[in-house]
Parts: sequence; structure tokens; C-alpha cells
Amino acid sequence: MNLSPLSIAIVGVVGLLGVGLYGLLVCRNLIKIVIALQILVKAALLGLVAAGDASGQINLGQSLAITVIVADTVVAVMGIAFGVQIRRHLGTLDLQALSKLRG
Amino acid sequence: MSSAFLIVFAIVFAALAIRAKRLLTSALWLAGVSALLSVVFYLYGARQVAVIELSVGAGLVTVLFVFAISLAGEDAIGARSIVPKWLAWGLAILLVLLLGWFTLLPPANPINQSGSDLALATMLWQERGLDVLVQVVLIFSGVLGLLGLLAEAKPPLEGPAAAEVAAVRDRDMRALEERTLGKQEEKK
Repeated sequence: MNLSPLSIAIVGVVGLLGVGLYGLLVCRNLIKIVIALQILVKAALLGLVAAGDASGQINLGQSLAITVIVADTVVAVMGIAFGVQIRRHLGTLDLQALSKLRG
Repeated sequence: MSSAFLIVFAIVFAALAIRAKRLLTSALWLAGVSALLSVVFYLYGARQVAVIELSVGAGLVTVLFVFAISLAGEDAIGARSIVPKWLAWGLAILLVLLLGWFTLLPPANPINQSGSDLALATMLWQERGLDVLVQVVLIFSGVLGLLGLLAEAKPPLEGPAAAEVAAVRDRDMRALEERTLGKQEEKK
């Protein structure tokens, strides 16, 4: 069986999206959820690069991928900072405990 | 074919990052995913993105995760998930099957390869200049947000400094009261 580079990348995209979605659903720790989000974004990056390669416009794919990397890094940084502050003020990173807070 | 092995390993590393019991291990597996994907990007011809992914994804973000974990500590890793595991598995498998069905089957409209490819600098600064501007704004807002979030609250003053501040405040309040009383007496 001879898979094209695009098909190989799509298998990777689908696999990473599946793993990321599972992590997003299962994890209760805030920092772990940011890690699951990172996996989802990496799947999107792989898709963009593979699509650029397949369509012969790799630089278009690269420019879009750079935009996604910047946005993803800012999201990760803000998520981590929120996690640290929540842990500092409320003493937990558990989503279940945080959702029960009133006030 | 080597990209296939790298992608399979990236998926395995991602699964290990989700399954890891410790947050630090999880962050390191994520760095592994980034490193493998950057090699894949290089093999696909996206050299600049490969370098950025390796330095930002595997470097900067990992350092940030390790820093945050050292600040926040590790807890609630072994706790039961909110969504039942069988439901999470089912949804993830459904997503994989649906996406695989729609993307791996031969497309009705074959991919058009006739589009002209510009140089990356031209593409970034001329074709997608607005994106670059938005990225700059995003980076600034991210830095400001991070500074705001991680800023320590100022501790209350103690000792001689607190007494000095209180004395100045009392003196000002007395002066204000005297001035107000003086104006009222003048009116009478």
C-alpha cells in the first residue's frame, strides 16, 4: 500500500485531533487541559502544512501556520498564567472543585 | 515514508502526554510531539515553520509549562473525569472515523496545483500583511495579560512606614476638617 504524503499527513491530523479531543473531555486539571489544546492546535498546523504542500503553495501554508503558532502560544501563555493564579488564590487546579465555587 | 513513522510516533507521544500521571512528564511528552512534528514540517518543505515550531513549541512553551508546574504544583491528576471515559472514547473515535471518512476518500474536486507560490516574505508582508499586524497586537496583548496576571499584589505596609502613612493621612484629614469648618463659620 502506497500512501501519498497528503494521506499520511491526514492520518496524523485525524489521530492528533482524536487524542486532543479525548484529553479535553477526560482531563480535570487546568494545565493538562492546556496541554490537550496544544495537541489539537498541532494537528491543525500539520493539516495546514500538508495542504500547502499538496496544493503546491507551501509558503501560503507556512504563513497561515505561523499565524496559528503565534495565536496558540498566546493562548497557552494565558492559560498557564490563569492556572497559576487560580492555584495561588483558590488552592486547586481541579475543574470540578472550581465549578462548585459560589460567590 | 519516514514522515509516516514520525507522525505515528507523534500520535503515540500525544497519547502518552494525555495519559501521564505527572504534569511534568506530560509537558515533556508534549515537547516530544512538537519536536517530531517540526521534523515532519521540514520534510514537507515548510522549513521556516519547522524552525519556529521547534523553538517556540518545543522550547518556549515547554519552559513555560515547567515554570508554571513548579509554581502551581501537581494535584487532581488521578481524579475521575467529569465526562465518563466510555463517552469520551466514543466521541473521540466518532470524530476520527468521521474525519477519516471525509478526508481520506478521493475528493470529488481534485486539488488544484496550478496556483503560483510566492516567496514566504512576500506572502507574509504583502499578501497577509493584516495577519502580521494582528499577530503583533496579539503578542502585545498576551504580554500585557501575562504581566497583569502574574503581578504580585502589594503587601500591606508594616512598621514605621505604616505609622508614617497613617500620620500623614490624619494630618490631611484634620486640615480638611478645619478648612470645611472655617468656611461654614464664614457663611454664618
